[in-house]
Amino acid sequence: MADILQEIATNLYDGEDEKVAQLVQKALDEGMSPQEVLNDGLIAGMDVVGRDFKAGDLFVPEVLIAARAMQAGMDVLRPLLAQGNVPTVGKYVIGTVQGDLHDIGKNLVKMMLEGAGFEVIDLGVDVEPGVFIEAVREHQPKVVGMSALLTTTMVNMKATIEALEDAGVRDSVKIMVGGAPVTAAFAEEIGADAYAPDAPTAVEIARQLAE
Amino acid sequence: METILKSAQKTVVISPEKPTVLIGERINPTGKKRLAAALAAGDLEIVRREATAQVEAGADVLDINVGAAGVDEVEMLPRAVRAVMEVADVPVCIDTANVEALRAALEVHRELAPEGKPLVNSVNGEEARLEAVLPLVAEYGAAVIGLTMDDEGIPSAPEKRLAVARKIVERAGALGIPREDIVIDCLAMTVGADSNAARVTLEAIRMVREELGVNQTLGASNVSFGLPDRETINQVFLGMVILAGVNCPIVDAAKVRPAILAADLLLGRDAYGMRYIRAYRKRRRQA
Repeated sequence: MADILQEIATNLYDGEDEKVAQLVQKALDEGMSPQEVLNDGLIAGMDVVGRDFKAGDLFVPEVLIAARAMQAGMDVLRPLLAQGNVPTVGKYVIGTVQGDLHDIGKNLVKMMLEGAGFEVIDLGVDVEPGVFIEAVREHQPKVVGMSALLTTTMVNMKATIEALEDAGVRDSVKIMVGGAPVTAAFAEEIGADAYAPDAPTAVEIARQLAE
Repeated sequence: METILKSAQKTVVISPEKPTVLIGERINPTGKKRLAAALAAGDLEIVRREATAQVEAGADVLDINVGAAGVDEVEMLPRAVRAVMEVADVPVCIDTANVEALRAALEVHRELAPEGKPLVNSVNGEEARLEAVLPLVAEYGAAVIGLTMDDEGIPSAPEKRLAVARKIVERAGALGIPREDIVIDCLAMTVGADSNAARVTLEAIRMVREELGVNQTLGASNVSFGLPDRETINQVFLGMVILAGVNCPIVDAAKVRPAILAADLLLGRDAYGMRYIRAYRKRRRQA
């Protein structure tokens, strides 16, 4: 039984999207639960991708095709997961802050979070504080993640946190920040709950924060 | 089409007929935590050191950016411009998103080099940016870098990047800024996220050269983000973009000058290879 889950994880790692979709279907046909396939096949595979990316053994394009394979597997599982009312790890609102158009890092974090079972609401790039506020009110996520790649836009993380405070929703969420110029000291200074230096670490921290 | 930049002592001419001009990128705290901390503390020693080191490494123009958390750009940018102009004799490129800081820096530049002509980094196709920055460029007689992005973001089609470049040239022209004082940046995105990204940039550069004929810059190193052995990709890409029409890239001169000199030599812009050979000898002496 477990062999097929291992096969799913391996094919996901290699970015074989069609193979992953087929194997997920096969596992279901053999009687495995969608939750089992998700956790011990797809998410297990993405965990290895994250680990090796962090170690410098995998590179961005490889992570992107692995994420695409993850999505192919999820497309098969999603209708069943919804039916079974399987809870996700949690909701996560993510966006690149106002004035900043960089989205590669943010997209990597998003894909890895989805790979870890989060339901991610992606607000895109150049996101005004008001849009973060609306998203928090509407989706009531466990975590809000902000990205900035410029020294000139990272200050908008602070502005966004202040706006969330003014709107009275700051304490309903945990806030994570990241991006090239961001440091742990800066995260603390602006009142964020956590800083992650890379996407795999962001997933680890998000898991802790969502507990 | 000649873009002429001047410090108090030196004139640099950017032109397709001339060797590639290197704009030194290192005075920028993005990704440099020590420089960011020094700037936040009002310390310009690293800025001075980076200025002289880059000129020594062959930078023809120095970009100056002090944007970082905890830095008051309105105060620090003019101070940094002054510090650089005191230790280096090359023209400068004033790099900020803060319009007040830009004005203050242009004022200092005018004081230290009344006949000078700096480059401003940058304007783009966003209405607010065009309206705020172009009048300053006109008032101070500067040249300006125009990024091919607008309120909609960075276009993924080369034709649309050309359209933004055209809009910037037209809007500048309406304020009396001549076309030779516009330097277009067609924006390099990483091939790590989209394998076609570099082709789009190359195509946009070619189209801008053919239709507008303006000089072009590029922050080329972004092209290799997320990939191993970035230096190889960066150097090959520089050769390609120089062929396509970039003639004043923003670079780390110490790292890529040999590759750029090689590109100039291969494109017939270095008679008898003298610049290439001289740079090689200098490196060998220093090794």
